[in-house]
Amino acid sequence: MLTLTNIQKTFGIGTVNEKKALKGIDLHLDRGDFVTVLGSNGAGKSTLFGAIAGSFQPDTGSVVLDGRDITALPDYKRSKVIGRLFQDPLRGTAPSMTIEENMALAYLRASHARSPFSTVTKADRAGFRDKLSMLGLGLEDRMDHPVGLLSGGQRQALTLLMATLVTPKLLLLDEHTAALDPATAEKVLALTKSIVAENHITCMMITHNIPSALALGNRTIMMNDGKIVMELAGDTRKNMTTEDLLRAFHVESDRMLFSAE
Amino acid sequence: MISSAVIISALELGCIYALVALALYLSYRTLNIADMTTDGAFTLGCAVSATVAVAGHPVLAIPAAMCAGALAGFITAFLQTKLRIPSILAGIITNTGLYTVNLAVMGFSSNVSMLKAQTIFVPLKPILGAYYRLVPSALLAALAAVLLILFLRTRLGLSIRATGDNPDMVRASSINTAFTITVGLCIANSLTALSGAVLAQYQKTADINLGTGMVIIGLASLIIGDTLTPKGKLGIKVLGAVLGSVIYRFIIALALRLDLPSECLKLISAVIVALAIGLPALRSEKKGVKKC
Repeated sequence: MLTLTNIQKTFGIGTVNEKKALKGIDLHLDRGDFVTVLGSNGAGKSTLFGAIAGSFQPDTGSVVLDGRDITALPDYKRSKVIGRLFQDPLRGTAPSMTIEENMALAYLRASHARSPFSTVTKADRAGFRDKLSMLGLGLEDRMDHPVGLLSGGQRQALTLLMATLVTPKLLLLDEHTAALDPATAEKVLALTKSIVAENHITCMMITHNIPSALALGNRTIMMNDGKIVMELAGDTRKNMTTEDLLRAFHVESDRMLFSAE
Repeated sequence: MISSAVIISALELGCIYALVALALYLSYRTLNIADMTTDGAFTLGCAVSATVAVAGHPVLAIPAAMCAGALAGFITAFLQTKLRIPSILAGIITNTGLYTVNLAVMGFSSNVSMLKAQTIFVPLKPILGAYYRLVPSALLAALAAVLLILFLRTRLGLSIRATGDNPDMVRASSINTAFTITVGLCIANSLTALSGAVLAQYQKTADINLGTGMVIIGLASLIIGDTLTPKGKLGIKVLGAVLGSVIYRFIIALALRLDLPSECLKLISAVIVALAIGLPALRSEKKGVKKC
């Protein structure tokens, strides 16, 4: 489904701030894979997502999604098939537009072969209502409220729903529960799990929570210093405990620390 | 004190200028761009409309003026999205350039008289009597408002609204902000030019200074409309802009009644707009003092 070949990216080439953010990433995801991504701050996780979503052009390498080379495609064209959630719950929705209008926008932009003057139908609206009621947050009765009135957790849940309203080929979750309180984070995470499983979405999720990195999905990768340093899948992943992984995590970060000295 | 003729003329002007308020609803309220092209685009609409009408095509003058206005909006959008000039400066640049263009459209004269020219209003006189200018103006304002409301619910309309509301979100959605800004400014300025085009035929003259301060007048109408519809939904807000424009004209008519020299009107408008936009800040500052 997704194949990354030798992705390299250096920011600020030739300046004192030169930073090799990605040092040759090779990664392949099969359809329906759910990969959790671990790594310390600055390891290149978000930069990797940026390369996949098209926020910038990589210096070398290619991004192939579903058999199509999208390396040169601008981000707004990729986002038709790539859903993306950020840590900041305010980033994914338009605050002064209503819940319904936000969903209509997400729905109309992603569904294909529609004119720019298309609008949502009554049936679409009923569909939005059903989907909202699945969140269990009571939002289905507040569809004409501006999104700005919702809490961070509600907005993030809505963003998740919007990103998957038309099933994307790939869903990128960039610590999307990190800014929420523990109870809400758990709720949004459970929601993520059920929506991804229900629609068989190929998904990547960045997290700092090792237990959930192991519990969710079928693969885990660990990044450090712009490289993928560990890949876990199948039985090795099943038998991996949080402690083992934490140890590996520290070894890797220490190695980076020393190599940087 | 106020005769029915004064009321009718205030209603007429209110409906014609309402198109500018609708344009600013799109550029200022929706896209969050204070579009300085407005002044020049209004004059451009006047100039094109007058020139084409004098040439004998009063009806053709209207779409011609709208196209010219859309072009002006396109230039501002191009400066802003492709050349990355800050939006206010982009508008001022276009506006400055338009001064020469407007003069050129009027044959390098600062005004065009249409005394002998046919206008869109004249043929309606036998049918509508005293309301021959009010009815078409009101219908036009209503039609523009309804079309704008419908447009803002379409995919493109929603995208334009999101562009002004949350650029971060839009960058992560499949929306090309350069495109939405361009479409928004083109529509807004064609509405502004439409307003100028109708006004020129209404008063049977076009003048190079007609558009001066138009952006402030439009904003004043928008703000009056906002005050009247504090919690209204989209449709109500758009209609509020039209109503605001009519009320603004009544305020002006009253001011003229009180023997205020008409030269003072722009200063009064400027003060009203500054106060109205600044009011939320003034209020919160007061609250802050109380808290301490």
